[in-house]
Amino acid sequence: MKTQSRLEKILSSGAIAVTSECGPPRGALPEKVKEKAELLRHHVDAINVTDNQTAMVRMSSFAAAVIIKQIGLDPVLQMVTRDRNRIAMQSDVIGAYSHGINTMLCLSGDHPKFGDHPMAKGVFDLDSVQLIQTIKKMRNEGKLQGDSDIEAPPKMFIGAAANPFADPFELRVMRLAKKIKAGADFIQTQCIFNLDKFEKWMAGVTDRGLDKKVHILAGITPMKSAGMARYMKNKVPGMDVPENIIKRLESVKKEKQAQEGINIAVESINRLKQVPGIHGFHIMAIEWEKKVPEIVEKAGLYPRPEI
Amino acid sequence: MITAEQKPIREIINYVSPYNRILLVGCNECVTVCAAGGQKEVGILASVLKLNFLKQGKILEINEITLQRQCDPEFIEQLSPHLDRADAILSLACGCGVQTIASRYKDKIVFPAVNTKFMGASESQGIWAERCQGCGDCMLGITGGICPVARCSKHLLNGPCGGTSNGKCEIDSDVDCAWTLIWDRLKALGMEDRYEEIIEAKDWRPAGGGGPRKIIRKDLVL
Repeated sequence: MKTQSRLEKILSSGAIAVTSECGPPRGALPEKVKEKAELLRHHVDAINVTDNQTAMVRMSSFAAAVIIKQIGLDPVLQMVTRDRNRIAMQSDVIGAYSHGINTMLCLSGDHPKFGDHPMAKGVFDLDSVQLIQTIKKMRNEGKLQGDSDIEAPPKMFIGAAANPFADPFELRVMRLAKKIKAGADFIQTQCIFNLDKFEKWMAGVTDRGLDKKVHILAGITPMKSAGMARYMKNKVPGMDVPENIIKRLESVKKEKQAQEGINIAVESINRLKQVPGIHGFHIMAIEWEKKVPEIVEKAGLYPRPEI
Repeated sequence: MITAEQKPIREIINYVSPYNRILLVGCNECVTVCAAGGQKEVGILASVLKLNFLKQGKILEINEITLQRQCDPEFIEQLSPHLDRADAILSLACGCGVQTIASRYKDKIVFPAVNTKFMGASESQGIWAERCQGCGDCMLGITGGICPVARCSKHLLNGPCGGTSNGKCEIDSDVDCAWTLIWDRLKALGMEDRYEEIIEAKDWRPAGGGGPRKIIRKDLVL
């Protein structure tokens, strides 16, 4: 074991891991964080805490992760390189670890253009690959990026994202290889709606034996409606929503579309369970955390292993 | 070259309105090439300003001069004979030119008439695009001749991010994804393997993170 991370223990045991996410509130509302996390308590192994997602100001991921830790759950601290330089990020990693947070996801982050402060200067002192390298160096060598020694270095289980659906497709396996080379222990993928394309990517991953070097958690997002599916297809960068998903949601009555969305999510999990190299699922139910238990149960991923 | 665009005319008018005699100074280098502050633009701006103030019953005296280079003290000296007849200087050069004037003539106010934009190249007639951010440690040799610092919206040195679509950047479908361009070049050069070599965290000191930059060429210093 590299770390004390519960997610690492689950993945190392060979069990299928389940993670979900919790977007912090736009305000000083610690109760909201607790409410969302409580919905997930018995059905996931760890809870990602997003870091100013879509470049909108929210409660910091660090603070929300501490709240989740305090109620006895395991947060995955998401960290984007958009908002802070390497000094601030390393200091937050040390701070988070001091609060018992031992699992992270390293991202570059959405461009400020998409958020509520499009006039802000993006920092991008490091990129996601370099952030992974930095956290690994802190853990394995006990050194900061700038080479100074750390007394009691933070031992983070290091996650990274992969989007098999962004262009150019031929580069996406190589990009994963680069993140593994940098030090990623686990991968959470972009929401998967185009399963054929995802399986093609996974074939490229297993051909190179990359699935032996990293744990891949497949990203699952239940659609609430046909409208949401269309929005994600047309407006969200790097999202691949095939037309048949939209048609399927449209084929049922409006009030039944949410249930159909959950059915699709469960079917996707069941199909992807058979794909070699998939070690878990990352269920991103956007502002719909209450549906995660149902998805986990219907997909046969409940109860969660005791570790 | 350094590119620039003329400021909105209202802003320029506000700058010069308290004065009666303006020395309007163009530059024959970059801003001439990008048609923002050369001799031609000096002439046009002078006419526009005169006309504007004439409508208000004020005769604005404008002395037009275009220097070979405004960022060079030797050429700036040519302004000296004209300064007695000017209340203010309006410069159509980039920020380097404006500051060279300001540091030479400390008791004369100088206003910029252009917004300095970026270091760019001409893509086609009338179109210039950013190509270099002067990071001080050129990496074009390992990125297939395409700069990720200047051309990736997130300055990613190990891109592309997950927002690339059909070779375009997530921020704007008119912006090329720098990493798609890099990848296409590496393929064309048969250097695909280079992609998986991690580009380490950049030292931003030569890029300006270490404070204002200066080059001292001892062999040239008099």
